Amino acid sequence: MEDMSQYPLELTGDDIPMVRFMNVTKRYGKLTVLDRLNLDVATGEMVTVIGPSGSGKTTVLRMLMTLETINEGVIYVDGKPLTHMEKNGALVPASPKHLRMMRSQIGMCFQHFNLFPHMTALENCMEGPVQVLGMSKQEARKRSEDLLDLVGMIEKKDQHPSRLSGGQQQRVAIARALAMRPKVMLFDEVTSALDPEVIGEVTNVIRDLVNKHNLTMLMVTHQMGFAKDISDRICFFFDGSIEEQGAPDALFGNPQRERTQQFLSAVKEAG
Amino acid sequence: MGFHWKWDFTWEILPRLLEATLNTLIAAGAGYAIAIVLGLVLALAQRTPYRALTFVVREFVEFIRSTPLILQIFFVFYVGPQFGVRMSPWTSGMIAIGLHYSAYLSEVYRGGLNSVGKGQWEACTALNMSTRQAYTRIIIPQAVPPALAGMGNYLVGIFKDTPMLSVIGVAELMHTANAIGSESYRFLEPYTLVGVIFLAISLPAAGFIRVFETYVRRKLGLK
Repeated sequence: MEDMSQYPLELTGDDIPMVRFMNVTKRYGKLTVLDRLNLDVATGEMVTVIGPSGSGKTTVLRMLMTLETINEGVIYVDGKPLTHMEKNGALVPASPKHLRMMRSQIGMCFQHFNLFPHMTALENCMEGPVQVLGMSKQEARKRSEDLLDLVGMIEKKDQHPSRLSGGQQQRVAIARALAMRPKVMLFDEVTSALDPEVIGEVTNVIRDLVNKHNLTMLMVTHQMGFAKDISDRICFFFDGSIEEQGAPDALFGNPQRERTQQFLSAVKEAG
Repeated sequence: MGFHWKWDFTWEILPRLLEATLNTLIAAGAGYAIAIVLGLVLALAQRTPYRALTFVVREFVEFIRSTPLILQIFFVFYVGPQFGVRMSPWTSGMIAIGLHYSAYLSEVYRGGLNSVGKGQWEACTALNMSTRQAYTRIIIPQAVPPALAGMGNYLVGIFKDTPMLSVIGVAELMHTANAIGSESYRFLEPYTLVGVIFLAISLPAAGFIRVFETYVRRKLGLK
């Protein structure tokens, strides 16, 4: 058993990060996917995670969304433990109730959109606010329509997902996540399942969010150019840990580590 | 003995058989209503994180599916009273047939629920929905269309199995045909009519179920 007393019950001080991974380890059986990850994301920061497949980058987002449990370490969101909670002055694994309370601060978009196929675009966006936040239908409709407008999907609000293209579905999914007003947004390879010609419509929406809203964002992507454009920081993952991180210009322009150089040149060759 | 079909006798017994048909429909409907609800409970119980519960329910379903319906009917009706549970033929029959078909329907539901992708659950978590909200709002509505064909089959199945209730004295169609036979010593007309009535209800029902399935899919906006 891990000694939990090394982790604070909550983060204090002037400079509390929005997200902090502290010694986070994730294993599947004997395979260690993430090995003692330490990563802070500041409020309003846009951090992009890149790396070869199997490097654990998607797991980082999934743990933060509580879709995966962690084996060791603690994740903090806005200073409070997410994966754990305080009980009698010590940290214990989070209860479902604690998870529900903490999860409300986090939103996520998926590679395969995961829209609800039996609901229209508008109903998809209203579902969370009405059911989970207990908002009135009028209020939720107003909020959802504003967001669908923001992502350029207001015209298609009464369409079911099966009638929308991949890019359109992903834009609705972004609006759906934003409708919950999360403090942290996670984008998990949101353009990977899209046809090349519609990738732009999704990246433009995200670009817009970065420019106009003070959301904290974590993104996993293979679109290096896009990542370079909009990120405050890039983390290069290799084999379950952060091999190198830094500002986009530095990391892409002058990578220090050999593995980073190899990865970036391989990506460049693939075009 | 030759083939002597008596039309006047046929017309004479038809009203009695039609009356009994109503009982058959009520039995099938009530039994199916029990099975639909209980089947969902059995299916959901097998998806909880509680291993012991899952195991017990799983074995229960297997037990029900592996023993004959007629045995279960006899058991409820004749063995029940020995434990102080005394019920009318109707009540016993509804419990037995409802229980029996709930086991089959739970398997249909299970298939439907499993057909809903993992991504839908993840979206529910990302929207911070409770398990209950996820099931009622997202998962079950999507599990129903793929389950409808199977559900329809068992609706026709339960309807065709109601004659078994005649063995404990439920006055449904078969029971009435038997009664007519032993009163008049004529079996050809009553049994033939029973067959025709079953056919006349089963065939359109199967067609109706297919139409209903398409309607539900369209209504839910699914392909």
